[in-house]
Amino acid sequence: MKMLTWAGAAALALAVGGTAQAENIKIGVVAPFTGANADLGQQIDKAFDLYVKLHAKDIAPHTVQIVKRDEGPPTGANAKTVATELITNDKVQILAGFAFSPSAIALAPVVTQAKVPMVIANAGTAWITNLSPYIVRLSFSMWHHGYPMGAYAYDKIGCKTAALAYTDFPPGKDSTEAFKTGFEKAGGKVTESIPLGSPVQVPDFTPFFQRIKDSKPDCMYVFIPSGAHATGVTKAYGELGMRKAGIKLIGPMDLIPDNKLQDMGDAAIGTIVMGNYAVDLDNAENKAFNEAWHKEYGKDSYPDFMAAASWDTMHAIFDAIKKVNGNVSDGAKFVDAMKGWTGKGPRGTVMIDANTRDIVQDEHAMEVIRKPDGKLGVKVLGTIKAVKDECKELKIGRCGS
Amino acid sequence: MPQFAIIAVSILFDGLAYAMFLFITSVGLSVTMGLMGFVNLAHGAFAMAGGYIVVSLTRDLGIGFAPSLAIAAVSVGAVSVVFERGLYRRLYKATDLEQVLLTIGLAFMAIATATYLYGPIPKSVPLPPWLQGDISLGFRAFPTYRAFLIVLGLVLISVLWYGFEKTNIGAKIRAAVDNRRMAESVGINVDLLFTLTFALGSGLAALGGGLAIQLFGLSPSFAVLYLVLFLIVVAVGGLGSLKGTLLAALVIGIIDTGGKYLYAEAGGFFIYAITVIVLLIKPAGFYGRE
Repeated sequence: MKMLTWAGAAALALAVGGTAQAENIKIGVVAPFTGANADLGQQIDKAFDLYVKLHAKDIAPHTVQIVKRDEGPPTGANAKTVATELITNDKVQILAGFAFSPSAIALAPVVTQAKVPMVIANAGTAWITNLSPYIVRLSFSMWHHGYPMGAYAYDKIGCKTAALAYTDFPPGKDSTEAFKTGFEKAGGKVTESIPLGSPVQVPDFTPFFQRIKDSKPDCMYVFIPSGAHATGVTKAYGELGMRKAGIKLIGPMDLIPDNKLQDMGDAAIGTIVMGNYAVDLDNAENKAFNEAWHKEYGKDSYPDFMAAASWDTMHAIFDAIKKVNGNVSDGAKFVDAMKGWTGKGPRGTVMIDANTRDIVQDEHAMEVIRKPDGKLGVKVLGTIKAVKDECKELKIGRCGS
Repeated sequence: MPQFAIIAVSILFDGLAYAMFLFITSVGLSVTMGLMGFVNLAHGAFAMAGGYIVVSLTRDLGIGFAPSLAIAAVSVGAVSVVFERGLYRRLYKATDLEQVLLTIGLAFMAIATATYLYGPIPKSVPLPPWLQGDISLGFRAFPTYRAFLIVLGLVLISVLWYGFEKTNIGAKIRAAVDNRRMAESVGINVDLLFTLTFALGSGLAALGGGLAIQLFGLSPSFAVLYLVLFLIVVAVGGLGSLKGTLLAALVIGIIDTGGKYLYAEAGGFFIYAITVIVLLIKPAGFYGRE
């Protein structure tokens, strides 16, 4: 009898020990791999792969397995389908990626029901994190860039009046609302607010910008998704000679994605953006990140803010895996492990706000310049430390619920 | 000059430039559909191919922008003959659905090929100095590139008009569009005619693709994204009509530009409104046969 008890205890100990041993954690990655915004997917994908490649040993003895699916166009429908499949068929324990807000918004009820943590590496509509307790965001809210830009534009750039132009989908409205709130609070006056059509197709920006040029505001604040639209905006702005006419081009950093900056030419010089990342940002982690990136993907491939946030996303996920010792079956516990996380990455020191599950990070006002080596780059004009999502702080609209 | 006149001139100028791009790129599609009743959804892919050839020639080989445009148009026109003879020809008598499936499949393959070769990041081209900057007319400055578009468009229209209306081959094409069987029975080789016009249309699409880079940027999805615009121009103008395509391009280009300028809030709505109104009144388009 005594023997039997001993044997039972040993078996139990083995069983308990077993669950704490090497776990293979499945992470479902949803990013746009096809269509007009496929390059956004590449940024997320490359950064994830690079982090996993260089840091897989950090979570030993546990391992991760990445399952990739196409997010499709910025409408949310495709993302919802593939993410639901990832949860039900592939049994992933964590979802990561999401370039577009409509995807995250469509998927929020699904992850709440499935109790699967959803870690966002880009989608920036402010109120997304309010939609589910399983959503954690490492990228930014539109308010991170837009709101501080309002006061900065008025005080430092000399914009007394500004015209707003935005791509007509949730983050576009969000970004202009954020800018407007900050700008009007500082004393600025918004002359008009123009929707630039859907995010799917790049329109001919000329008639919109010609209208703004004729109304002569000091500044033009533009939000567009950082894909093919960005190049179009700079081209139309340059072609119409708006800088010569004294209208400054400002916006969130989506206006000058690092991987497209070299193609934009002289028209981009002088553009001032508010953002959390640029390849020229001066810190040790960013230098190492860029070196690793060029080594892996070639010297002409540049990471952008999306890649930087994706790097931090994987970093936070890995740290949380360590914290729960590979036991990711309880989604709520995993999210708890991510709350309050602080890490150093390409963007400097970033933190996940324990209350809102949203990122806290430094914001930089950056001006596009021609660097001594002939390439385009940015110069940091000023830095605002530890910026929270002001939309949730001020409880504006859906951010308050 | 009073303010409203300046605005009107400005809208006309931008709209005209836009219309020229629409015309150059769409006219081939219209003729293909009119002549053979063939639905070629890969038309945008030919335009995209032209764009990427211009990118490669100007950026990698250092050839000038204007010669690159010409080379792109000629080479895409030539290659399109291979497609026409090898693939399209087999489906002339097939149903619309089969034609659509073949050509949209080609478009998707073109997108994948372009993504593989050039990556998904939008490309731009270096413009020569004579196309940069703007031309000032005192009351207003106009971008040089758009002025160039307008001039090029007008030249092409004149050449096409002359070719269609005044030459023997143009008369044959018009005859074949009007009544194919009659044309064949008087000894016109409609097959050969079609191959020629197909090559011409594809070459013009490639030229349009090269010109579009400066307007929209060029990424692999160009092949499908702007196809809607070209189809709208063709539908509004009427199949197979040069005049119709030109009129449709002008109406859509100018009203779309004017709408965006004057009623920016409603932005992209105008182009669809015009399409619906025109097709309600004239279901076959401006110059289509009902």
